[in-house]
Amino acid sequence: MVQFERFTLANGLRVVVHQDTSTPMAVVNVMYDVGAKDEDPSRTGFAHLFEHLMFGGSVNIPEYDEPLQMAGGENNAYTTNDLTNYYIQLPAENLETAFWLESDRMLSLAFTPKSLDVQRKVVCEEFKEHYLNKPYGDVWLRLRDLSYQVHPYRWMTIGKELAHIENAQLQDVKDFFFRHYRPVNAILVVAGNVTVEQVRTLAEKWFGSIEPGERYERSLPAEPRQTAPRKLEVRADVPLDALYKCWHIYPRLDQRYYVADLITEVLGGGGSSRLYQALVKEQKLFSNIECYHFGTVDAGLLTVEGKLVKGVTPEAAEAAIAAELEKLKAESISATELQKVKNKTESAIAFEDMTVMNRANSLAFYELLGDAGLMNSELDRYNRVTVDDIRTECNEIFQESNSNTIWYLSKN
Amino acid sequence: MQTATTLDRKNPPVIKDAVEFDLKLKPCQRYTLANGVEVYAIDAGAEDVVQVECVFYAGNWVEDRNLLAASTNFLLKNGTSAKNAFQINEHFDFFGSYLNRNCYNETATLSVHTLTKHLPELLPVMREMLTESVFPQAEIDTYKQNMKQRLNVSLKKADFVAGRLIDAYLYGPTHPYGRYSSFEDFDALQRDDIVAFYEKYYVNGRFVLFVSGKLPANLYELLNDSLGGLANGAITLPEQASAPAGEKKYRVTNDPNGVQGSIRMGMPFPNRHHPDFLKVQVLNNIFGGYFGSRLMSNIREDKGYTYGIHSYLENHIEQSAWVISTEAGRDVCEATLGEVYKEMERLRQEPVDAEELQLVRNYMIGIILGDLDGPFHIINRWKNLILNGLTEDFFYQQMATIKNIGAGELQELANKYLRPENFYELIVV
Repeated sequence: MVQFERFTLANGLRVVVHQDTSTPMAVVNVMYDVGAKDEDPSRTGFAHLFEHLMFGGSVNIPEYDEPLQMAGGENNAYTTNDLTNYYIQLPAENLETAFWLESDRMLSLAFTPKSLDVQRKVVCEEFKEHYLNKPYGDVWLRLRDLSYQVHPYRWMTIGKELAHIENAQLQDVKDFFFRHYRPVNAILVVAGNVTVEQVRTLAEKWFGSIEPGERYERSLPAEPRQTAPRKLEVRADVPLDALYKCWHIYPRLDQRYYVADLITEVLGGGGSSRLYQALVKEQKLFSNIECYHFGTVDAGLLTVEGKLVKGVTPEAAEAAIAAELEKLKAESISATELQKVKNKTESAIAFEDMTVMNRANSLAFYELLGDAGLMNSELDRYNRVTVDDIRTECNEIFQESNSNTIWYLSKN
Repeated sequence: MQTATTLDRKNPPVIKDAVEFDLKLKPCQRYTLANGVEVYAIDAGAEDVVQVECVFYAGNWVEDRNLLAASTNFLLKNGTSAKNAFQINEHFDFFGSYLNRNCYNETATLSVHTLTKHLPELLPVMREMLTESVFPQAEIDTYKQNMKQRLNVSLKKADFVAGRLIDAYLYGPTHPYGRYSSFEDFDALQRDDIVAFYEKYYVNGRFVLFVSGKLPANLYELLNDSLGGLANGAITLPEQASAPAGEKKYRVTNDPNGVQGSIRMGMPFPNRHHPDFLKVQVLNNIFGGYFGSRLMSNIREDKGYTYGIHSYLENHIEQSAWVISTEAGRDVCEATLGEVYKEMERLRQEPVDAEELQLVRNYMIGIILGDLDGPFHIINRWKNLILNGLTEDFFYQQMATIKNIGAGELQELANKYLRPENFYELIVV
């Protein structure tokens, strides 16, 4: 059970405090309710590029990193399709330095042309390093585009193409900032060796005077139910044939999301999972196989991916996956197998909650979903899942008409 | 509410300098099992979790055939006289635990992370893996096939190729730190050799235990019952001299269409027992060891040549190397090398100014303070000390070095080590 307290400043900034006196450190986590899904389809990659620019100096502080390092702190940030998160860890004695830094960049950035110019290049190198300059690197660019027709999950946070990043202009940056990076669209979590009173005082002092901004009301196009399977064959300079197949699942707060998550575990969680045992160990069709999803806020994708053993045809590999899924549709899993995946989930949560940083991060995410307290009911929601739920949802999810498949084949 | 006009946003709040922090390494409990095996334990943390790591002297340092140590370690999970691979996996999965094995240079480990309440169900099966593994031929065949496929994919990645080559240059291609895998090595693996390696280095091998988390009251009994009866033989590590390459500059084409180059530069460096080691860690931080480093500020934040550039001392026991690593745009690789040499020259020519040095001191102490958070992190510090033949004095020496080293001494070290002629350089595109 993670304890916390919550209050909201007059300007709409939501503040969550989690005290843990066993650590000498404090964590300050600022989550903005904006992600790649809020981008203009002709200017993708912007939320992430923007994250880089948040380190290029703010209106009163020319250098973000230096004063933080001077205070013995470190920081990082990430952007997903749903949100952008910035976090600092530093000695609790120096907590105020984090408030000073984070509030100034919420007040306003410096918007220097040099920062934009350099970070465009840095992000292009990041794009190349992770998505272009390695085998199969572009598969998720393609898989998203295939699986989503209207929902903005159809592009990745890095962006659809290098040109979108290269063309970003300073005016775009300013507009984006004043639209999204306002107190009403942000959540501040302070955790570690801190008190609620201390955080309240510091939050009022540093964030209280920032203009609230307008609440960003999201109206994303809903992805229509898929009615026919989609397939794509790619030939590329890769050493092995690979197969990727995904199915639409449910939004993060839907109870069926928890069922889908456990199905992922049944299929791909560890050495005793079904796909690994049947297709890698027994039938030797794949040299590796994984099953996963990204835990997105809106309806995501349950994905199976694997590399084929040399000589195996993609038809045979795909049929073998289908046969395993058919078993889950036809027969309920045993109570023991369900208990196994629930046990794994219980311990995964316990390990994840070990660090103050992760707890701060999770509290911000659940608050973004609507209530930080959801963090403490996760295990119950998993425990509610029955073997019948698993079978029902396997029949619902694993319909061919709901599937998107890429054969990523070696052209050599 | 205060208004923006009365609030001074230009000047940073007063901070407590890191030199004023008095960091303590939490002492660890020490036991000796019936067979003489040393146990190091840290009891801490709020979550009911525990980690048990068995560290065997069974790394590739002691193999007489490439990949033997790594393959034996990998296949520990793949069958005992009583359980097949699936049953072993299912046992650990059922209890929601994570069973891991890892092979390093001097050592190889078998470890488990679990909710503390399940530990009694798991230790006996670990014992079984350490005494009764059978290495079925079918498992070995599948392993070889899948590892060769994985190698096939890895060899397409410039960073993978660069990492192998720089180590081969620094230590020599037959030294344990410089040796790398090939398809032929996988093909040549024989079950008999694996079984013999297992008998010598696990069943009769020497090992140490590191335990951390919220420990059960009967930890000693649990460990002694399951692992206190193993042989714990006398294994010593033979001397193996490195043989760095004569030629220092390399350009390799791996993918003619690659859009980036993997750059590695490195020089041989002594291990933790050398008097310069801790001092050079401070110099390395300034050079390329953190986000505000000289390399990062210049090559990423000013030039935009790369997403990231780092320098570090390799984490080896016998000897180390000082390495610089980055992936840079294909057309700016040579320019990147030039900038790295310029940063070396600056450190040789000019003393680090007081503010930058203070910042690095505070940053390093802050990171260590944060890294002492939680039982798994604390035991890792201890493990590093024990396996490197050091005591906690090393930790306190490290703190003192960070707090006290002066700009003059750093400049001397830069002049001693950061010389272009010392460094191997490699670009793989």
